[in-house]
Amino acid sequence: MNQRSVPAADAINRLIEELNKLPGIGPKSAQRLAFYLLRAPREQASLLADTILTVKQKITLCSTCCNVTDTDPCPICRSDQRDQRMICVVEQPQDILAIEHTGSYRGLYHVLHGAISPTEGIGADDVRIKELTGRLQDGAVYEVILATNTNLEGEQTALYLNQLLSPLGIKVTRLAHGLPFGTELEYADDNTLTRAFEGRHEL
Amino acid sequence: MTRPRNYQTEAVIIKKTRLGEADSILTMYTFDMGKIQGFAKSLRRPRSKMAGHLELLTHSKVLLARGRNLDTITGSQTITAFLPLKSDLWLTSYGLYVIELVNQFTAEHVESPALFRLLLDTMHNLCQEETNKESTLRYFELHLLHEVGYRPQLQQCVTCKSPLQPVTNYFSPVAGGVLCPNCGPQQALSHPITTNALKVLRFFQENDYDTINRLKIEQALSQELEAIMRGYIKYLLEHDVKSVDWLDTLRAQMKQADASR
Repeated sequence: MNQRSVPAADAINRLIEELNKLPGIGPKSAQRLAFYLLRAPREQASLLADTILTVKQKITLCSTCCNVTDTDPCPICRSDQRDQRMICVVEQPQDILAIEHTGSYRGLYHVLHGAISPTEGIGADDVRIKELTGRLQDGAVYEVILATNTNLEGEQTALYLNQLLSPLGIKVTRLAHGLPFGTELEYADDNTLTRAFEGRHEL
Repeated sequence: MTRPRNYQTEAVIIKKTRLGEADSILTMYTFDMGKIQGFAKSLRRPRSKMAGHLELLTHSKVLLARGRNLDTITGSQTITAFLPLKSDLWLTSYGLYVIELVNQFTAEHVESPALFRLLLDTMHNLCQEETNKESTLRYFELHLLHEVGYRPQLQQCVTCKSPLQPVTNYFSPVAGGVLCPNCGPQQALSHPITTNALKVLRFFQENDYDTINRLKIEQALSQELEAIMRGYIKYLLEHDVKSVDWLDTLRAQMKQADASR
């Protein structure tokens, strides 16, 4: 922020400073947002303020799947429309939004809140793997789908989970690796292409 | 002479740091410039054309454009993908340990083609099915230390310069090598090293992968070698190597699985 005294009211400066702390918001954007809010109708501003507070007060982690939720258990875990025998393991709550948007999966989820990353010092105990194994003890689940990211950390986490869960007699599957829709083959890397060939299927 | 705006180099990706919504900063070990950093825009989006070519443990040709602070990666093409290193739990863990050590022991822009060669050879050797992975790691550690100036003295006592006898000597991280039975106990942090362990370390130091791959090492000796090298590396870095904890976790779990079988 500008170190010289800025000729604006203190309250506005404070707002600019707070907005500046948000990811991707620099000093100029923060200033623009602050002055927009200043001019915006009172209801809009209080709605924003209330929504932020509600999120901070009400949102907790679901005690079953570790997804973010305002009721515990979360709507997905509570629903009787969903297949209780399948668990899809993802890294972040945002991943559930992406999968739910497709509408092609009707089972349950489990959020790890990260991936194993040995070089960053993130081990198996730093992500929510214990909560997952706890859910599998009663034998009601017959398939665990590993939907961690397809980078090295996500892959490492999937391989580790496979080693951990296979002895329990549960079917462990991994989302397919292949060519993303709408891209050109010539830019594909060796890893993706090799796996795309391995996973080819008859039309 | 002005430096060109764009340049191309061969690199192994050794570290990735997330930046902003979808960007990354990559740390690479290159053939001709040593360790460098590069900014990769939108690398974490699914449609990124470079993402697969810039994954950790990949040997790639990288195009960079000079920037004010950080050079930007504008293109990349895989040279060797090292697929086994990315599809096996243990191999990935070993590979991550290797690149963490390279990152920790090198400074930026200090070129060392020999170290680059060693890194590639090590990754290749880990991918070979029949090689002993622990020996590979010990060989890598010894030769990495040689390249960065910490080659341990294994031929004569570091303090009194007398040739080492085939008895139990002492390894001292502080002295940077082996001490004879007279000098050893006086040096802080030194611990005994068996004759066999010393012989194997010397053997690793003086040979190449083709030769050391033929050597069979018993479990107890392998553990001693690991303890010696770990202690030395930890002393030099003045902190733990993070991926070592992960290797320990995997080993503990395997032992547990074996016991319950």
